[in-house]
Amino acid sequence: MRPVVRNLVGLAAFLVLWEGVARLGLVRQEDLPPASVVLEQTFGLLGNESFLRDVIASVLAWAIALGLAIVIAVPSGLLLGSLPGLRVATRAVVEFLRPIPSVALIPLVILVVGGGPESKIALATYAAVWPILYNAIYAFDEIDPLLIDTARSCGVSRARILASVALPHAAPFVFTGIRMSAAIGLIVVVSVEFIAGAASGIGQFILEATSGAGRMDLVLAGTIVAGLLGYLINEGLERLGRRMFRWHTVSTAEAM
Amino acid sequence: MSTVLGFLRRWSLFLGLVVLWELATRLANDPFFPPPTTILQKIGELWFSGPVSRLFLTDDVYVDILPSLGRVLGGWSIAVVLGVGLGTALGRSRTGMDYVGPLFAFMRAIPPPTLIPVFLVLLSIGTTMKLTTIVFGSVWPILLNTVDGVRSVNATQRDTARSFRTPQRYWITLVVLPAALPKIFAGLRLSLSIALILMVVSEMVGVTDGIGFELIFSQQRFDFPAMWSWIVLLGALGYGLNALLLAVERRMLGWQQTSGATTAKTSGA
Amino acid sequence: MSTMLNVTGLSHRYGSGENAHVAVNDLTFVVETGELACIVGPSGCGKSTLLRCISGLIEPTGGEVTLHGDRVTGVPEDLAVVFQDYSRSLFPWLTVRQNVEFPLRWKRNLSRAERRERAEEALSWVNLPGVGGKYPWQLSGGMQQRVSIARALARRPALLLMDEPFASVDAQTRFELEDLLRSVQVAHGSTILLVTHDIDESVYLGDRVLVLSKSPARIVADLPVDLPPERDQITTRESKNFVSLRGEVARLLHGGGDAPEQAPTGEPADTTEPSTLA
Repeated sequence: MRPVVRNLVGLAAFLVLWEGVARLGLVRQEDLPPASVVLEQTFGLLGNESFLRDVIASVLAWAIALGLAIVIAVPSGLLLGSLPGLRVATRAVVEFLRPIPSVALIPLVILVVGGGPESKIALATYAAVWPILYNAIYAFDEIDPLLIDTARSCGVSRARILASVALPHAAPFVFTGIRMSAAIGLIVVVSVEFIAGAASGIGQFILEATSGAGRMDLVLAGTIVAGLLGYLINEGLERLGRRMFRWHTVSTAEAM
Repeated sequence: MSTVLGFLRRWSLFLGLVVLWELATRLANDPFFPPPTTILQKIGELWFSGPVSRLFLTDDVYVDILPSLGRVLGGWSIAVVLGVGLGTALGRSRTGMDYVGPLFAFMRAIPPPTLIPVFLVLLSIGTTMKLTTIVFGSVWPILLNTVDGVRSVNATQRDTARSFRTPQRYWITLVVLPAALPKIFAGLRLSLSIALILMVVSEMVGVTDGIGFELIFSQQRFDFPAMWSWIVLLGALGYGLNALLLAVERRMLGWQQTSGATTAKTSGA
Repeated sequence: MSTMLNVTGLSHRYGSGENAHVAVNDLTFVVETGELACIVGPSGCGKSTLLRCISGLIEPTGGEVTLHGDRVTGVPEDLAVVFQDYSRSLFPWLTVRQNVEFPLRWKRNLSRAERRERAEEALSWVNLPGVGGKYPWQLSGGMQQRVSIARALARRPALLLMDEPFASVDAQTRFELEDLLRSVQVAHGSTILLVTHDIDESVYLGDRVLVLSKSPARIVADLPVDLPPERDQITTRESKNFVSLRGEVARLLHGGGDAPEQAPTGEPADTTEPSTLA
């Protein structure tokens, strides 16, 4: 059997199991609608204009947050990675800020920036900064001194060293950080929409579906779309990374 | 003398920022942003003003903090057992991951809070629902990293073990798991921070105790020093739990020639 | 002298049909108890495949291997293998002592203390007392390979198989390890079958040299080594017998040229042999 076939077999088995649990009355169908019902709703939603607007709102917030995180974290990582003194000095601050769970800041952010899209963007940016920052610091700190020496002895200027040696070396590591941040960012955007409410967004759609009658089929359909988005983003970035950095077998520990 | 200098180098920026924060908040006098000294005072009042017989800890500690901590650690432990166990089995099977790999990658991408409504109706409000949420969210990084780690056993190691007729039990405990351990720990660290987040989220939804509940409740009461106190506590918990895990990791991965490079730098630069 | 290893008509083929690759073809030889036999052959001729068949790591597609009369199916109890790549063969998460103790863990009737004692003993055989608490990476390459020899010896195998054991260390260390192996073999009367691509090494170490042809491997010659049991890196290598034997092996390997070839050290050949496809 080819791997793709096995993928599909696994997926089908999961759906059949889900369908069976729901149909055989092991749980109430209102609580856990069968897979077929949820999938039908999912396809229905994909043609639904107001739901698509929700999806766009979430993706837009995610893209802005990820962009902000990159703009903040890459230069900071470059600075902290190449200046050990600064790294030591900022370490306590970073170690104090990083472990604060982004959701703990929800009440604060809502007070300060209100319920608009700014709040979810702010929180997703906060969560997405760390993996990029850590990988960037690691990459710029790890640059082989021999490379730098070689470049210097050839009379290359500092700016040129940065552009021709440091950045290409760091790129695969930074990219790994971006990939992790992309996944985290989407999860935070949808979570904040769901927990705090928003004008629009997948999380908001799910929140609405839970209120009142508690339409679990819609909740699950929305969740599937969110998961699918996250999966596709991750797969896409992974493939992109493999294409871009074929020369580099990066396997940085996915740590944060 | 050098230790004093080292201390200054490490902490002066931090302390300077705290002082700046204090001055700025006093000047601005914004109710949303109480000065750090007020937050500290509130922390003392909230958690450390209890009777001597209870180690000066208040009821809040026993009613909110300890149960929350129990949920994080309980849920995370279940996720560790499940993730490492399943991951080891799947990593050793040649085709197992072909069947479930994409499914698990998809599950990992689901924002776990959105499943809380489903867990709520299926399991009703209670510890089981919270634990399920935490386990569902935090199991994937452990599982997928374990699979990766188990696959990192190389051909020579496999041949060596086979040439000694290594029984299954020893093969797994002395070769496969140690080989996978660096990857597993990377997963554990990620999943611990996810577990903390989900603890907070699951407590924000229709319960009446726990850190997440108190956080939201203090905001709704406009008790901003208290809200900040809970945020600080969550930061401290995140830091403390991660530091504990790192200490365990350093002990268990002490054999690694370059453990400094991968663990210390990516986690504590 | 009794026969330890008996290989009859051994063949191994990877794949089937048109893509089939015959690595080893109809090999027959014996190794007597207490003998150090060297198999020398050109790179990629199937030496590793042969060793893997004998050790039971792979099942040959034809022929039979018996170890002290018992037919080999799967890895025999009293056999140990030393691999070329010591850095991968030693487990980096175990200390040197734990590595040596590793194969003793499931040996019955062996208490913890006895296990430890045996490990220390094996380490002293290879002149490595007192490094038990270190991790392999803290030792030099030569020392690491000595640890893996100690690990193999600790199990007291009836037959020790060695797959290019000294191909990944520098020349100086290689000489030391060769002498060490000879002295251990003489002291314990071990039976050793060593595979190498290095002509000098095969003659210097062996009581007997089996010369293999290019792939698919066949035995071209089975030469007894007429050198004293005590050997010396300088005088032995200068002796007339050594030089003429080396020339003979070289001629057999290269089909007639009379210039004795200087074998390269540390060539990575065997990792690319088809054996890794299994």
